[in-house]
Amino acid sequence: MSGTLTILQAGPAMTIQDLGRPGYRAVGLTHGGAADPTALHEGAALLGQDPNSAALEMAGSGGSFEVDQDTRIALTGAQMQVNIDGEAIAWNASHLLPAGAKLTIGGARDGAYGYLHVGGGFDVVPVMESRSSHLAAGIGALLQSGETLPLGADKGGETNLTLPRDNRFGAERVRIVASMQTDAFDEATRQRFTETTFRRDARANRMGARMDHDAEGFTTGGQLTIVSEVITPGDIQITGDGAPFVLMCECQTTGGYPRIGTVIPCDLPIVAQAQPSAALQFEFVDLGEALAAETRHRADLAALPKRRQPLLRDPARIRDLLGYQLISGVVSATADPFEKEKT
Amino acid sequence: MTDWPRIRSVGLSGLLVTFAEKMSEPANRAALAFRAAVEEQDWSEVSETSTSLVSTFVQFEVSQDAIAKMTDRLRGLLETRDWFAEALPAGRSLWHVPTVYGTDLAPQLEEAAEAAGLDPDVAIAELSQARVRVLTIGFAPGQPYMGELPPHWDIPRQQGLTKSVPPGSLVVAIRQLIIFTNASPTGWRHIGQTAFRTFRPGSAMPFPLSPGDELIFPSITRQEFDRIADDPTGGAEREALT
Repeated sequence: MSGTLTILQAGPAMTIQDLGRPGYRAVGLTHGGAADPTALHEGAALLGQDPNSAALEMAGSGGSFEVDQDTRIALTGAQMQVNIDGEAIAWNASHLLPAGAKLTIGGARDGAYGYLHVGGGFDVVPVMESRSSHLAAGIGALLQSGETLPLGADKGGETNLTLPRDNRFGAERVRIVASMQTDAFDEATRQRFTETTFRRDARANRMGARMDHDAEGFTTGGQLTIVSEVITPGDIQITGDGAPFVLMCECQTTGGYPRIGTVIPCDLPIVAQAQPSAALQFEFVDLGEALAAETRHRADLAALPKRRQPLLRDPARIRDLLGYQLISGVVSATADPFEKEKT
Repeated sequence: MTDWPRIRSVGLSGLLVTFAEKMSEPANRAALAFRAAVEEQDWSEVSETSTSLVSTFVQFEVSQDAIAKMTDRLRGLLETRDWFAEALPAGRSLWHVPTVYGTDLAPQLEEAAEAAGLDPDVAIAELSQARVRVLTIGFAPGQPYMGELPPHWDIPRQQGLTKSVPPGSLVVAIRQLIIFTNASPTGWRHIGQTAFRTFRPGSAMPFPLSPGDELIFPSITRQEFDRIADDPTGGAEREALT
């Protein structure tokens, strides 16, 4: 018997997201999915489930929630203020949310997108094999106060686990590779582009993030009329006024503005999680370095389950301390507590 | 030898084969035919293919070796024939999409006719008989860019944007037509209104149109439109092209 989560109060831009909907570029649909896919992997590692499990993505700030049965949850992505019935709990960690308790998630402190994961994932009806909302395409919708979401069957597992904080939050350096139109920009323009410190514009969303700066715009010299061409997420297009625009997971599939380069996939979450006005600088890397970074990133994601640690709680702040069984179950001080979960 | 076709890398996503610098009917046909040929090869590394106006995009798991190998393969395939002389791929459809021209539903018909140097009646007669091809699908899911209309329809986009045209709008500029998928601002002129939904999530055929399909937009009355307005197929008829 699976339960439901009720949104008592919805934040301004909450949607259901999984890893997206690849395979539809030819018919005009970008893959979409979580703005910060790394956060989905972290949530899945904390709950011991498939990274493609649907989670609730919260842009800017969260909301308040209630479940109708005891439910394992995990919180990842941008750190947000959070409590259960008024008691603060840790971000980047898994918890047990008791039936009827009120989970309250506030504003983001160090990033743009926070995620609420549930054991078994949110079991909303898939559209074309994915549960991701894709608002630009008209799939799904912003979640509203009062809405009830079905929970998938949870195979169960531990809670009170945490992962170390990832360094993508507040990072400034974003690696890019040359793409098909990079050489339409002359050497001096490309050099100036990489030497400029940009500020993420406040209007950034799942489609794209404009990069502000004070100096003159970047142009291809005006000699080039570019025929509308394929777009991939991470492409940095230079719009009519010379401002760079990083295209994100929900961007259009084709476009006529020239692209100066492409953010490598493992660094795109840095742009997604940059707060308004956060400083960002782009650095060209060669293909070898980019591929090595991607390989490392994939290995890091695969190793996330091994990096989980028990959440340390301050006994003085545990209200029902005497209700906890504190001594049994200790078998060995050196055993790997996650050994049995390896598959 | 010319510079075309060119093979370029697209970030870490794959390779792009571009047949010309500018939009042209033969280059678009070449891109469609080449994509069909790549699909036919059934290379296991290829995860996705698509076309834009004059290019074929081949997505695969990129590595130094994979790029070198795929570049060789694509070159080899390019050399097998003159892609500009290729026929359009098989399996295409011809669609008849009923359209109201002008009226309050499509208020820029007269303005567009004037830009094309035609009387509104002549413009409607031309547009309702023109047979156009889906050059590419993009911007929004299922949204077709269709062409090419005769040269006098090479009218520029308007200076200002129309704040919003509704789904199913038929708009014109630069010898091309678009049916809008979603309500959207646009610089193209709104000349007709269809009830045709280009993206139908949840249906058996969520993307009715494919690149290479052809369309005709027969003129209907406002009364007929009201009758089909709530039908997602918009009263369209489809026949197979062989």
